[in-house]
Amino acid sequence: MAVYKNYVLAQSLDEAYALNQKKSSVIVAGNMWLRMCGLRKQTAIDLSALGLDRIEENEDAFVIGAMTSLRDMETHEGLNACFGGVFADALKPIVGTQFRRGATIGGSVYSRFGFSDVSALLLALDAKVVLYQRGEVSLAAYQKEAWDRDILTHVVIPKGRRAAVQSVRLSATDIPVLVCAASVGPDGARIVLGARPARAMVVADGISPEADASVCEAIAQAASFGTNRRASEAYRRRVAPVLMMRALMACSETQKDGEEECK
Amino acid sequence: MMEIRFKLNGRDVTAMAEADDSLYQVLRSLGISSVKCGCETTNCGLCTVHMDGKAVLSCSVPAPRCAGHEIVTLEGLQDEAKRLGACLADEGAEQCGFCAPGLMMNVLALAKENPGASDEEIDAYMAGNLCRCSGYMSQRRAVRRYLAMIAQEVSA
Repeated sequence: MAVYKNYVLAQSLDEAYALNQKKSSVIVAGNMWLRMCGLRKQTAIDLSALGLDRIEENEDAFVIGAMTSLRDMETHEGLNACFGGVFADALKPIVGTQFRRGATIGGSVYSRFGFSDVSALLLALDAKVVLYQRGEVSLAAYQKEAWDRDILTHVVIPKGRRAAVQSVRLSATDIPVLVCAASVGPDGARIVLGARPARAMVVADGISPEADASVCEAIAQAASFGTNRRASEAYRRRVAPVLMMRALMACSETQKDGEEECK
Repeated sequence: MMEIRFKLNGRDVTAMAEADDSLYQVLRSLGISSVKCGCETTNCGLCTVHMDGKAVLSCSVPAPRCAGHEIVTLEGLQDEAKRLGACLADEGAEQCGFCAPGLMMNVLALAKENPGASDEEIDAYMAGNLCRCSGYMSQRRAVRRYLAMIAQEVSA
């Protein structure tokens, strides 16, 4: 149960940032799962009136407001055309359409949920986060940091990579047991593993897009996995190379299909 | 307590809410009984309502966020509900009926968003509406029948 005393619909990022400097404050994004979290705060800060729910495209990147819903990303034509439909494919297994209309990219990325399909995909695409005070930071670095009181305002996804996501779930719309996102760009292929069950991390970068089973096996052996109620460490380590191979193959297919769409 | 003003089923309403109330709680306090609380953790779809024309889970929408927005529940869509309800009944897609209002709100959102949905698209769209008695095949048939009915009316 989330318990707040005050609810503030912030009228500016200045106001939201000032309020958020108190430990007794919390930013409210999609508000999903909060009934299970036992959160008790004095002030809830809502960013929904700040126009942070837009997806904008420029020559080099997509700039996505932190309050943009996963559903808007899943159905955004430009985003899917540029990245070979990977957002539609990767976000569709997350619970249901109504859930994805509520859940926001900012909430997923800031929270650094280990089970996040979104974070794994964004890491594979070499995304950056924009923080109100600190400015632009690479998502790979941000993923490793502790939670702080800065406000995540945007996620920037550079153009130029093709990605695919593979996951294993106990049932169709459940939280993943393991997520693998792979991407291919001019500097080679990158592989990200999420739901290890710890936070998603890049486990290989700059490798050949045609990496074979032995390479994927070696990457899985070197990666760190854990055990939780969904699966054991050994199970995840065994499944990971298969997901890596499938994701790399899917990347190659989308690369061939849509090389012109994102220029 | 705070005062929240929004449009509910076409009427301007004012409701009192605590800072941590959800839209679901406010709707129930206003006598809207079609909105059910199932899991309260954004998984089951029972509390689905339309906010500015889009299906959302009212158990996870903070009540203060609704100020100035338009909320529609099944009470505000009775004509559509009767026709969709007939499709559900004809296909045996309902037993206890507890999940029906949330399911119907999501089907009505689907009908607006993608009236020509394929079976695969119907399944994907309805994945967030859990039912533990009638089964999903009969629901899919009912949705398909309703969308066909709508399409026939549009073409006529």
